[in-house]
Amino acid sequence: MSEDIIGMIKENVIQGRKTRDDIGIDESFSGTPGVLELMESALASNVSPEVIITDALTAGMQVVGEKFSTKEYFIPDMLASADAVGAAMDILKPLLEASDVETRGKFVIATVKGDIHDIGKNIVAILLKGTGYDVNDLGIDVPEDKIVNVVRDEKPDYLGLSALLTTTMVEMDTVIKALEENSLRDKVKVLIGGAAVSDEYAKEIGADAFCADGFQAIKVLEKFEAAR
Amino acid sequence: MPREGVLVNNPLERISGEQVRQIHDASIEILKDPGLLCFNKRAADIFHQHGAEVSEIPGSDTPCWHIKIPEKLVADALDSAPKTVILGARNPDNSLVMKGDEPRVYFITGSETNTWLDVDFSTYVSKSDPKKEIKVPEFKPRRGMVADLCASAHVCERLETVDGYIRTVNIQDKDITEDNKDVNKFFACLNNTTKHVMSGLTSLNQLDNVVKMAELVAGGKENLKENPLISFITCLVKSPLQFVDDTTESFIEICRRGLPVVVSSAPQAGTSAPIKEAGIMAQINAEVLAGITLGQLVNKGTPVLYGSVPVRARMDNLSDSYGSVETSQYNIDCVQMARFYRIPNYSTSGVCDTKIPGQQSTVERLFSDITVALSGPQYLHCAFGLLDGNSIFSLLQTVLDDAHFKMIKFFLKSPRIDGQELTDMTKQIRDVMDTPQKMFIQYIRPVMRSGELSAPYPFEGDGEDDSVLALAYERLQELLAKPVEHIDQATTSRIFQEIPGLLPRLNVYKQEK
Repeated sequence: MSEDIIGMIKENVIQGRKTRDDIGIDESFSGTPGVLELMESALASNVSPEVIITDALTAGMQVVGEKFSTKEYFIPDMLASADAVGAAMDILKPLLEASDVETRGKFVIATVKGDIHDIGKNIVAILLKGTGYDVNDLGIDVPEDKIVNVVRDEKPDYLGLSALLTTTMVEMDTVIKALEENSLRDKVKVLIGGAAVSDEYAKEIGADAFCADGFQAIKVLEKFEAAR
Repeated sequence: MPREGVLVNNPLERISGEQVRQIHDASIEILKDPGLLCFNKRAADIFHQHGAEVSEIPGSDTPCWHIKIPEKLVADALDSAPKTVILGARNPDNSLVMKGDEPRVYFITGSETNTWLDVDFSTYVSKSDPKKEIKVPEFKPRRGMVADLCASAHVCERLETVDGYIRTVNIQDKDITEDNKDVNKFFACLNNTTKHVMSGLTSLNQLDNVVKMAELVAGGKENLKENPLISFITCLVKSPLQFVDDTTESFIEICRRGLPVVVSSAPQAGTSAPIKEAGIMAQINAEVLAGITLGQLVNKGTPVLYGSVPVRARMDNLSDSYGSVETSQYNIDCVQMARFYRIPNYSTSGVCDTKIPGQQSTVERLFSDITVALSGPQYLHCAFGLLDGNSIFSLLQTVLDDAHFKMIKFFLKSPRIDGQELTDMTKQIRDVMDTPQKMFIQYIRPVMRSGELSAPYPFEGDGEDDSVLALAYERLQELLAKPVEHIDQATTSRIFQEIPGLLPRLNVYKQEK
C-alpha cells in the first residue's frame, strides 16, 4: 500500500502535478490525485517523511532532471515539478523539524533595494525548494539592513541576491559590505544572479559565485556542499 | 486529401488595383506593338489561324516571324485557362490543389543546377590555445550526377516543409545523353519522392516516354489525368519577347497532352528588360500572357501556371542578382498579376548570389522567402538548397532552408483571437494577479505541447560558438540514413521493360539481388 502511494507521488512529481486540478503531460492523469492529495494519504498511512523525501520527491525530481537534460522536458516542466515538490516540503517541514532529518541547507533569497524584478529570482526559489533546500524568499526591493538582520537571525547557509538593472546591481556590493561590517560575511555563502551581473562582477564585489540561472545555482550549491 | 500548404491571411500587396490594371493594359499594348518575334513555325501558324497579325521576317538566317497578338485572343485565353490547377503525386496525400484566387502557398524546390556542392568538416586547433578545436566546413563543388538527384529527392521527401519537388540538379554522368536524360531524370525523382515532381524537358522526343512512365506509376492513362503526378516547366519566351523554337515546340506538345505546365519568363531588369519596375513588369506580364494564350489556342482548358522568374542585373558584372531586393519586389508584383487573372502562380524566392551556405546565403534567401511568401503565391519555387543563382545545389543548404520555412510557415498561420479566447485569457490574467508570484508559467505546459508555440531554431549550439552548419550536417546525415519509399517492384519492372534508356543502376530491386 505505502509503496503504491510512494510510486504515485513520484509519478506525479514527474508529471508536475501539485493537485488533482493540474494538467500533467500524460492526459491519463487528469482528475486523479496530485502530489498534495497523495501526501495526505501517505502521512495518514504513517509513511515516514524520510521515505517520502527519498523515494518519492527526490527520486521523481531525479527523473525530471534526466528528462530535462535530454531536452524531453523544458523549464516549465521542471518548474511545475519543483513547485509540486516545494509544496510537499512545506507539509513535511514541521515533521522534519521534530525529527533529526536535515534539509540540504537554508537559502535566503532577495531582489536588492531599488529593483522590483523578480521572475528570475522566483524561478530560482522554486527550483531550489524543489531540490530540497529550505528557501526563505524575502521578495523584491529588499534593503540591506533587512537582509543583514535575516542572515543574523536565521543563520542561512546561503544568500542569493538578484538584480536586473545596472543601476541596482551596486546594491549587491552594499549588502556584502554590510555583512562584513556586521561580522557576518564568513557565516554565509553569497551567490549573485540577474541579467546585469557577471562572473567578473561577482569577483569584483567579493561574492562567492555568479549563477547565470537556477540550474547553475543548483550546480554551484552542490559544489559548496561537496566542499563542506 | 491534398497537402495543406499555408493559407496567407491578408496577403501582402505592393501595387494597387489600379497599378495592376495599368500593367495589364501596358502588356496588352506591348503584345500588339511591338509584338513578339517567333522562331517556331507551328506557333506562328497557330497564332495566324486564330487571327493574330503574323508576318515572316525576310532575310533572316533562322526562320522568324513577327507576331502581334490582339487583346481578344488574350482575353479568351485568360477566360479558358483553368482557375484551379491540381498537381498530383505518387502519394495522393501529397497532391497540391492551387486556386488562382486563393493565396494558399506551397513551398517547392528547384531549379536545375550544374554543380553539386559536397561538404566535409575539418578540425583545426587554435595556435594561441592548443586545447581549443574548431570544426570548419569545407565545400567541394563538382559535376552533378544522377545519384545526387536521387539523394536530393529522398532528402526533400523527408523534409516536411517541402510540398513538391522540382529537380534540383542537372545529371551529367558519362552515360547520360540528350536522348536518355529525361527518362532518367524523371525516374530518379519519382523513385525517391512521393511528392509532386516537376521538371523541364531536355529532348522533345523523350516526352512520350516520360508520360508513359508517369502513366505506369499512376496506374494508367486515366489515373494520370486525375492525378497528374508530373508536370513541366517551360521557358518558351526568351526575354525580350521572343518565342524560342525548341521550348515552344515542347510547350505545344505538352499542352496537346493536357499535362500541367508552367509558362515561365525570366527577364533580367537592366539587360533583357527595362531596369525600371514598371518596364520589367509590363514586359514579363506580356511574355507570360503570350505563352498562356498559345497554350489555350493549342488545347483550350489545358492547365497552366503563371510562371515568374524576374531578376535584377548586378551592376558589377551584369549577371543575375537574385539576392537584390528588387527581385523580390518584381516577384510580388507578378503574384498580384496572376491573382488578378485568377491563374495559379509559380513564383520565385530564396535564390541567392552567394556560393556557399553561410550568413550571406541566409540573409539573402530569408529576405525574399519571407517577403514573397507573404504575398501568397500558390506554387513558390523557393529554391531549397540553391546557391550562386541557379548554378550550385547544396543538400546542407536544403536542410538549413527547411528550418527557415518552418519559421515562415508558422508565421503565416492565422492568428487565434476571438471572443472565447479573450474571455479565457482575461480570466487567466485575473487568476495570476491573485497569486503571490504573479507568473504565468503554469499555463505554458499545455500550450507548449499542443503545437501552438513555434519550435526553437534547430541548429542552435550549446555554447557561444556558431555550430549551425555542423548541426545541420548532422541532421542531413540522419535524413540520408532514413529508408527510401521507392516505386514498388512490379511497377519498377514494367518501367524498365517498357521505357528505353533507363540506367540499370537505378533499378534498386536489381541492385538488391
